[in-house]
Amino acid sequence: MELIQQLVNGISLGSIYALIALGYTMVYGIVRLINFAHGDVFMVGAFVGFYAITSLNLGFFPALLLAMVVCALLGVIIERIAYKPLRNATRIAALITAIGVSLFIEYGTIYVRGAQPEAYPSTLLPDKSIEVFGVTISSQSLLILCTSIVLMILLQLIVHKTKIGKAMRAVSYDSEAARLMGINVDNTISATFAIGSALAGAAGVIFGIYYIKIEPLMGIIPGLKAFVAAVLGGIGIIPGAMVGGLALGVIEALVSGLGYSLWRDGVAFIVLILILIFRPSGLFGKNVREKV
Amino acid sequence: MLKVESIDVFYGNIQALKGVSLEVQEGEIVTLIGANGAGKSTLLKTISGLLKPKHGDILYEGQSIAGKAAQMIVKQGISHVPEGRRIFANMTVEENLELGAFLRKDKDGIRQDFEKVYQLFPRLHERRKQLAGTLSGGEQQMLAMGRALMARPRLLLLDEPSMGLAPLLVKTIFRIIEEINSFGTTILLVEQNANMALSVADRAYVIESGRVVLSGSAEELNASEQVKMAYLGGH
Repeated sequence: MELIQQLVNGISLGSIYALIALGYTMVYGIVRLINFAHGDVFMVGAFVGFYAITSLNLGFFPALLLAMVVCALLGVIIERIAYKPLRNATRIAALITAIGVSLFIEYGTIYVRGAQPEAYPSTLLPDKSIEVFGVTISSQSLLILCTSIVLMILLQLIVHKTKIGKAMRAVSYDSEAARLMGINVDNTISATFAIGSALAGAAGVIFGIYYIKIEPLMGIIPGLKAFVAAVLGGIGIIPGAMVGGLALGVIEALVSGLGYSLWRDGVAFIVLILILIFRPSGLFGKNVREKV
Repeated sequence: MLKVESIDVFYGNIQALKGVSLEVQEGEIVTLIGANGAGKSTLLKTISGLLKPKHGDILYEGQSIAGKAAQMIVKQGISHVPEGRRIFANMTVEENLELGAFLRKDKDGIRQDFEKVYQLFPRLHERRKQLAGTLSGGEQQMLAMGRALMARPRLLLLDEPSMGLAPLLVKTIFRIIEEINSFGTTILLVEQNANMALSVADRAYVIESGRVVLSGSAEELNASEQVKMAYLGGH
């Protein structure tokens, strides 16, 4: 039973990783850039949610929505200012810029509001324990899990059923051919950043509710782990990010469950190293040689 | 309909087109023949807005389209079937065709054009739910052409439609090109297969290292010693 309990915890944590990993993977899929500022967008989302709840007295869902909207805008601004001018530059230039943007957001936040942490109010969601077959699940983690799943289903619908989703897939497959269809590549890339960042913002609010404490540098470790999750699933592949995130969450929870809590973070990166050695294209990836 | 006026196009420092001029009249099939690297594809890419000319102008129905965004040019009625087909292999045949109609909002018209394309290429109808990447080379060429037609273009740019296809299929593709033209779509055709191209075209241009070196009616060029030597196997 202890094991199943850990599994449930792992899935909750994993769904947060999955939400962040989706943004990494979508952005990589379309502009071949690891957006290292993505974890910081997640942090901004957590703070927007916090202020929405404490200062504006909003409930969980309105706060979640607000955080998503603010993060979507932030994502688009980051892309237009920092990455768009570098679209034809070397990859390393874009990568270094991404790290610069990440540091800018982290320390910009500290400059504006200070480095002190905040605590999400614990009374926001009803916290009852539900017992199912001897496993206790908090209603909170259940709600969090449901929210994440709904967001992921929504994303799948957007990507496969809507015009902008089809444009996103076309641009990520062959941006020049997409232009010949009349697709506006710049707008499509902006939309991708907006959607990915909105998901990170949602993950920020969910993280705050689940783990209570938020602070300006909170995006670094979950951001890196979501990156690992995206690579684990196969970077650029949307279902891969979902599965990779859940798998990483479960692995971490199991490691903690076995009594090696201190190894939790280490294991995530051991997973990264192993996947890069044995299956660099990820669980869902095909080995595609780069076009010359 | 289309008038290219002495354009210069560069890739970085390398000049790919040197003062190229060419004209396409409404209803014609005009072909552009030339060797690999002569600048044929570059010219098409410049017309469809993927590249910008440094000097010169491109007029489409009297309006300059040189340097305009690709989506504006598609909207004005020019569709480009690129070299190597460039279909979206990870999507179904149907989704590829839908993307061809990306800028259109007339649902009824789109439905009609789906039917037209399936009539023109029955194979695509059979395989409409299949991933485009699983099609054979000839079917992929048909898909690329069908996808371009979904934009309901008045001018169709075709880049090497016969490339890599078996001779029988090449014939089929050229028959379809004539059919598309007979419905009223003007065609600018780039080909290395000069024989086939000249057999369907009204007029032709010969391009060599970025310059138009010869032009005239298809019969004239077919008879020209220069063309025979260089492009028709020289007997």
